[in-house]
Amino acid sequence: MSADRPAGVDPAPEAAPGANGRRRRGGGRREQPVVPDAKFESYYGRPVVKASPWKPDIPTYFFAGGLAAGSSLLAAGADLTGRPALRRVSRVSALASVGVSLYTLVHDLGRPARALNMLRVVKPTSPMSLGTWSLTAFGPAAGVAAVAELAPTLERKLPVRLRWAARLLGWSARPAGLAAAAVAPMVGTYTGVLIADTATPTWHEGQRELPYIFAASAATAAGGLGMITTPVSEAGPARRMAAIGAAVDLAAEYRMETSLGVVAETLHDGRAGQLMKASKVLTAAGAVGGMLFGRRSRIAAVASGAALVAGSVCTKFGIFEAGQASAQDPKYTVVPQRQRMDRGGSHGAVST
Amino acid sequence: MKLPFDLPLNQSFEAGPEGPAVDAGWTEPPSRKGFFTDTSICIGCKACEVACKEWNGVPQDGIYELLGSSYDNTGALGASTWRHVAFIEQRKPLGGERTGVAEPEAAAPPVDLGMPSFSRPGESGDGERSEFRWLMSSDVCKHCTDAACLDVCPTGSLFRTEFGTVVVQDDICNGCGYCVPACPYGVIERREGESGVKNVGIAQKCTLCYDRLGAGKTPACAQACPTESIQFGDVDELRERARQRIRKLHEAGVTDARLYGADPDDGVGGAGAFFLLLDEPEVYGLPPDPVVTTRDLPAMWKRAAVAAVGLAATAVAAFIGGRR
Repeated sequence: MSADRPAGVDPAPEAAPGANGRRRRGGGRREQPVVPDAKFESYYGRPVVKASPWKPDIPTYFFAGGLAAGSSLLAAGADLTGRPALRRVSRVSALASVGVSLYTLVHDLGRPARALNMLRVVKPTSPMSLGTWSLTAFGPAAGVAAVAELAPTLERKLPVRLRWAARLLGWSARPAGLAAAAVAPMVGTYTGVLIADTATPTWHEGQRELPYIFAASAATAAGGLGMITTPVSEAGPARRMAAIGAAVDLAAEYRMETSLGVVAETLHDGRAGQLMKASKVLTAAGAVGGMLFGRRSRIAAVASGAALVAGSVCTKFGIFEAGQASAQDPKYTVVPQRQRMDRGGSHGAVST
Repeated sequence: MKLPFDLPLNQSFEAGPEGPAVDAGWTEPPSRKGFFTDTSICIGCKACEVACKEWNGVPQDGIYELLGSSYDNTGALGASTWRHVAFIEQRKPLGGERTGVAEPEAAAPPVDLGMPSFSRPGESGDGERSEFRWLMSSDVCKHCTDAACLDVCPTGSLFRTEFGTVVVQDDICNGCGYCVPACPYGVIERREGESGVKNVGIAQKCTLCYDRLGAGKTPACAQACPTESIQFGDVDELRERARQRIRKLHEAGVTDARLYGADPDDGVGGAGAFFLLLDEPEVYGLPPDPVVTTRDLPAMWKRAAVAAVGLAATAVAAFIGGRR
């Protein structure tokens, strides 16, 4: 193999008349690169890997699934510690957000009518398979716990001979809520593995941080929603959950942005960059505001909670968009692989 | 750290020495089948693209688009492109490269094929015409030994055939799209289009003509290739043939020649469909160091377990760490 690059037409986007080279420059590149652009070759600037075909359904699901997980944990804690208002809204929020999750997941399928094919197999090599199974366990449990909030009303409204049904529902509330909370950490975390287990550069390179970011973002969202919907006297656990989540989220995001090398550009540029910046500002402001004023003022609690929820939305959409952008530019596939080979970490796919 | 996840995950997700078919549970399968695509004798006729479309009933995916990339208006592999011929124009002498299946001879002078030049005669001022070569390469699904698309498929639609190839079961795929970003080569894709288009909404890619293989036939693309640039056969034998071809090309002075995907120690455990290239892989749109993403999955699950425990601990701390 000759080491020298042949002189000739450079198929990099600048030299090649490929249409894609021009299109992808429109995305708001503003930064002055600290290091000069890494040189790389490509086939007319076209992507090497394919971006996922996923629509905004999927980042919406990442947010909703996290919110469902965090809310069911808050609901279980509130149930066990005697905080009825926090328990009620958290159970309802867990059911509503798991409902949104299921809708978005089915809606994004190329063949929604075949959604149940997800339950044909159990595959540890497929995070989507294990995730679907965890949602399958979580959904009904969260549903029973939420519907059981209606048990006292039902008991009053039902004819006497049917009241046993309402009482049964009431009794099942705690076991169902605890069952949902037991699965919740998996529901809120596996999505970080799901996207890391791809060839999409930003997601795969972010494999060290993504499970932590997604788990923390779940805590932030659920805590934020608890602060909005619960009187301040009962919202202490929501505030603390959100604060811990926000701290871990910001730390893990910082580590991701500083450890990804050239691929980190996708977290700073374009729409993804704006979303990630918004996520950091909203998460930090919401956490600080909640801890300082969340106990004293309901208005401050609602504002801080809304910022935290919005911050979690921005995190999920930002990481999603950054991954899509990283797959659409061959630079983020080729350059890190070349660097890995230059470091001696791999001999690549070429042999003689 | 000992985690419950250690139990199922200590086993490797990668194929064993018996080959991918045995690893997938086939008992006494036929020998592993694959392609050796020798791009040094590809003439860019696209017979493979046409034969594949015709045999497999692959719908059209854009008829009149001009991509401005030499003679390639196909663009890339995708849901409705299972063979893709790349064209790369370079200022480089042809060397001993010749069309046809004849072996190159070191002493043979370069053959003028009448290909276009970047400069007209005399234009460069020194009386010499600039030199030119055309790289053509027919790309295809690699049918990886360790296939990410198959690993991540949540429905079991993607499966390992008895021939060691990777095939989508059209009647099972629900179009979740997970295999698309998982493939390190950007091969598999979900077919988009109006309802009524064949297999719309589900993942599609080369099957290595599973139906033809079952009948003892050669895949359509290899059958149609007029120069035997696409060679079909047992992977072991094809690898040996490829090594011999490389040796001959190097002896003939074509030092650019190299194999891509033929090494069982590469990031995907070796490709069932591998290539002889005349330049770096990325020039052809191929990743220089593809790695099956599931190689890192056990480590990812362990991190997720730690994060999940952390999330549960956060909830506990939120309730016990304070007054109200």
